[in-house]
Amino acid sequence: VNSSTTKQWYQRRVAITAGMLPGGVPKLGRAAVYRRRALYKRKKNAKPSKVEAKPEFKTKKVHGEKNGGSRQVPVQKSPRFYPTEDVKRPLTNRRKVKPTKLRSSIKPGTVLILLAGAHRGKRVIFLKQLPSGLLLVTGPYKINGVPLRRVDQAYVIATSTVVEIPAIANDKLTDAMFKRKAKPTKNEREMFIENTSEEPKISAERIALQKEVDAVVVPAVKKVEMLPSYLRSKFTLTKGQFPHQLKF
Amino acid sequence: MQPVKLFSKGIVTGFRRGLRNQTVTTSLVKIEGVESKADVDFYLGKRVAYIYRAQKKRKNKITKRETKLRVIWGKVRRAHGSSGAVRCAFRTNLPPKAIGATVRVMMYPSRV
Repeated sequence: VNSSTTKQWYQRRVAITAGMLPGGVPKLGRAAVYRRRALYKRKKNAKPSKVEAKPEFKTKKVHGEKNGGSRQVPVQKSPRFYPTEDVKRPLTNRRKVKPTKLRSSIKPGTVLILLAGAHRGKRVIFLKQLPSGLLLVTGPYKINGVPLRRVDQAYVIATSTVVEIPAIANDKLTDAMFKRKAKPTKNEREMFIENTSEEPKISAERIALQKEVDAVVVPAVKKVEMLPSYLRSKFTLTKGQFPHQLKF
Repeated sequence: MQPVKLFSKGIVTGFRRGLRNQTVTTSLVKIEGVESKADVDFYLGKRVAYIYRAQKKRKNKITKRETKLRVIWGKVRRAHGSSGAVRCAFRTNLPPKAIGATVRVMMYPSRV
């Protein structure tokens, strides 16, 4: 499936489903399929993989006249200790964690409506999906006060408005950027000394990064008519408006 | 900050029941503006909040504020009938005084 195109894949699927009886039972049995596909003509010659046989025993020289000269010693020695009862091993987990599937309505530059959190109701611009699956979003900050923020897809409505943003390739825009910095642990003496020097709540790095990203996004937003004031306004349901009737 | 309304209003009409028995774990909710089973599709899975007042103040674990308001969270599970009513399951069953009370049907988890 990896090598074929989507069309070929579809055609194969149609062919396979056409050859099925209800219940997932194929119409043709193995022998019939063999004859029909002329598999007698297509035989795969599997080359046996060469496995180098490892020597089980090693010959070691033994000193002393009466000791036979050499001894066969096993290469892999049996362990000195093993538990009296069999130790159960957990099953291997070969699952690879993938980021959440991004909704087809969400593309870089899409205007999203935040449904919960401090910025609920605000309209923001979607930048990209981070490896954790969360969406990276920016107000832009100057426009509606939403900084570079991570948002879960489930708490967002994607509108049909898409802004053309040049791709932002910044290595610093990852989940690691949002990790909280551990407070330095105080030892006994220091516990009674008040921490007079408070670190600013928002690091200078973040502010610089915000400016960098917005320097790209804000001009793109300003190009579109009324978009900055649209992003400044908030989404709300008014009387007589029901979300299932709205087209976002 | 101007408050925004990001939920639909719903009324708890009762519990799922036959004439003589009721299943208290499932509440029936009538969402405003939803008149048919087809309309219910948007609301499936959406979180529902039954908000009520109590006598004593309690600290809200998220906002860290002392408040008399309390919530029971739930979710819309499925449609109930063909006229847009909906079956909800709450984390703890709704108290009977909730029948006739308003409930907030949030717009998340969103599938739009």
